[in-house]
Amino acid sequence: MTLLRVLVFSTSILLVYTLFANILPQVQSNPPAEEEPPVAGDLDQAGQIAWGEKLFKGKGTCTLCHNDLGRAPNLLAMDLNTVFADRLKDSRYDGAAKGLDGAKAIEAYIHESMISPSAYVVAGFGKKGSSDTVSPMPVISGPPISLSEAESNAVVAFLQDKGGFEVTVPLPSGGGDSAASSPDVTEEDGPAETAEAALEKFNCVACHDLLGSGGDVGPQLAGIGKRMSVAEIQTSILTPNAKIAEGFEPDTMPPDYKEQLRVSELQLIVDYLSTLAEPEVAQ
Amino acid sequence: MDLDAEMMAFKFKVLLVGLIAGLIFLLPDLVMAADAVQAGGGDLLPAPKPTRADYLTVGGISSRTLVWGLAQMHLFLAAFVLAVPFFVLCIEFTGAVSKDQRYDAMAYEFMKISMAAYSFTALVGGGLAIAVFLLYPTLMGYLLKVFRGQTLIYAILFLGESVCLYIYFYSWQALRYGNRKWAHMSIGLILNTVGLTLMFVANAWASFMMSPAGVDPTGAITGTVWEATRNPLWNPLNLHRFLANIAYGGAIVGAYAAYRFLSVKTDELRAHYDWMGYTSNVIAIIGFLPLPFAGYWLMAEIYAYSQQMGITAMGGILAWLFIIQAVLIGTILLGANYYLWCGLGRSDRGQLYAPYVKYIAIVIIGGFLVWVTPHSLILTPQEIQALGGTHHKILGPLGIMPAKNIAVNLMLVFTFMSFQMFFRSSRVATVAWADKGNALVIALYTVGCLNIIGAGIYGYLTPTVYKVGASVPQVVTTLSIIIFCGVIDYFMFRGATKTKIFWGRMSTRSQYALFVLPVAFTWLMALMGYIRSSLRTHWHVYTIMKDNSPEAFIPTIGQAGNVITVITLAFMALILFIFWLSQLGATKQIEPLSDAKLEDA
Repeated sequence: MTLLRVLVFSTSILLVYTLFANILPQVQSNPPAEEEPPVAGDLDQAGQIAWGEKLFKGKGTCTLCHNDLGRAPNLLAMDLNTVFADRLKDSRYDGAAKGLDGAKAIEAYIHESMISPSAYVVAGFGKKGSSDTVSPMPVISGPPISLSEAESNAVVAFLQDKGGFEVTVPLPSGGGDSAASSPDVTEEDGPAETAEAALEKFNCVACHDLLGSGGDVGPQLAGIGKRMSVAEIQTSILTPNAKIAEGFEPDTMPPDYKEQLRVSELQLIVDYLSTLAEPEVAQ
Repeated sequence: MDLDAEMMAFKFKVLLVGLIAGLIFLLPDLVMAADAVQAGGGDLLPAPKPTRADYLTVGGISSRTLVWGLAQMHLFLAAFVLAVPFFVLCIEFTGAVSKDQRYDAMAYEFMKISMAAYSFTALVGGGLAIAVFLLYPTLMGYLLKVFRGQTLIYAILFLGESVCLYIYFYSWQALRYGNRKWAHMSIGLILNTVGLTLMFVANAWASFMMSPAGVDPTGAITGTVWEATRNPLWNPLNLHRFLANIAYGGAIVGAYAAYRFLSVKTDELRAHYDWMGYTSNVIAIIGFLPLPFAGYWLMAEIYAYSQQMGITAMGGILAWLFIIQAVLIGTILLGANYYLWCGLGRSDRGQLYAPYVKYIAIVIIGGFLVWVTPHSLILTPQEIQALGGTHHKILGPLGIMPAKNIAVNLMLVFTFMSFQMFFRSSRVATVAWADKGNALVIALYTVGCLNIIGAGIYGYLTPTVYKVGASVPQVVTTLSIIIFCGVIDYFMFRGATKTKIFWGRMSTRSQYALFVLPVAFTWLMALMGYIRSSLRTHWHVYTIMKDNSPEAFIPTIGQAGNVITVITLAFMALILFIFWLSQLGATKQIEPLSDAKLEDA
């Protein structure tokens, strides 16, 4: 009899909990649907802005933090025209938009804050204990968000438009956006075993002056190890638009090396570049 | 062999076991450090990307629900069998120091229950291993690659745990008195060390799936096993599970004591099981009081690791689950307090404290109501229109963190007060400074509570990011009250005049409070497990390996609640069977009288 009483009592408690769980709002969270990007040529600038807003509130999960709870600046409620301009004037700002003017500077600033959030952290919004040098924001091109280059551009377009700036990002042009595609490297090629082989395999030598190629489409990389840290070199390869060298245009270098390169190959290239000697100065 | 020689031989054996255990603990570092992949050398393969075809479905059964059920059941049993030896060792130590054999007998009885549960733990663990390797082969293959030699260490530890557990239990009577008791407790210490290490290793896999380390963004293994083990959430999870295990184990054996209390026929046995139930409740409360703070730490580390993950838990789809958590914890605190209040009836002096119970009850129930108040209400469009929004103007502010932090801290403080009242109810302080001591205790409670409320109000005035920060002084205050009042009472009542405690003088109703605790704890543990796993959203290994199975969604609270209830019911049935088994072991059939004896009779 005692056993029965205990069972009835315990089961009743369980049923109360179960009932409570069932009367609360029932929401099932599905994985984000893999949306096909708009077909190149189908999208005008207004369409790109609308797509950017959709991404901002959806796949980009930006509103998770950029809301009125104070975890990140509430971009949807701010006068972005004033805010962005003020940020660029901040003495702490030393990022990709420095030296640029007008809407192009705004584009570079927004893009940089998405790809390299710690490049400049708004005062009061840094990670705890980092004195506003490290941002808690994830790199939106990496997982779990993984926005493509075209999607990032659409978000920039939406924010530029919201701030009343001219939209300067290009429309998606299909496949590789406005940037060139990286050479089609297949798995059958196998991993490169030396830095030289990796540079040849990914055709770095075509644009950069490497291994005596004389390429001048991209910046000179001799002595790069003294100007940039290993992490910065790595970021420049994987996310070429994160920081554009002076005198060069964004969207020139293929943005998809992060899908093409093997980790070992990336390591070989980064190690090679960081030890490249300074260019010899002509006497 | 004389006793000394025997003792020497035994000490040697203990030392040998200790050395082997030490080697096992050092092994991870030796294996893991040597196994580092050299950066730049070799081909680093990214994590596999399983497709829908890589997931096997057996007989139309939901793979996820099956693994969920087995994993949760294994965790329930493992938590119990790891926790019991820990507090058994503490009780055994208390018995050895106080030379009170009652402690020793109770510790042994606790172990008996744990022993019966151990085989089931291994059995369910085996079932779980088969299920995950069969149903999620790609994920398990990847985890095996990440943790390499650690799998072997896990197996060795499991073997070590089994050996130590059996030696510890079966040598109890052989090593009961004098120096042998200390040797026995040393075995208990080794058992607990092996058990904890086993849990930490298992936690490494679970936490790696949430916050992978030792791998690059593609999932390629770039670090050592130690780096993968020591991922950002490993230690917070270790602490949280360690404390939760103690609270949980205490609650389960408390239910056993209550069940026996209600079943036995003699006053002597009723007194024994009443004392056992009281001790179990104390163990559960001791484990439970710091648990919310361990939870804060875990959540703070989750936010630090990934703000997105933190928001998913606290402000996203899972936010409602914390309302259910409030209901469960509220039930636990109400149950534990009710039991303590009933316990005041065990001594004649207890009546002195009875008038204060109603005030404590008001705080506990008030805190409970604040905790369950949601920020956004579930309303129809007409109701929203009538209310002028989804937030109630007066009750709405009670739905956010500052109010809940005040509530939970005050509930914990007043739960400790209930315990302190029971402790004092059978003692009269004889020290000269008793009045000053009492004044100090009252001052500590008063200032502490004001500080908790003040810090909570400050939380309303700061941005969201600082609200969590405002909870730190509240936590420190609560812990300070508990520690300082405990220390003051310890010294104030040392050598106090003790009045008789009438063990067994408890109502039947009070024992049901001891059943509330394990039921709520079990459901709560399963709920927290569901939340922790759901934080990974649609990733097997967060940001590294996507879950592409048909069940890569977070189920609704209702669906989760139904599964949790079924698992809890199954566990309850198993536990009742275990109780019955341990009772059966103590049952002796009376020898039938022979014909000759019958004639004599």
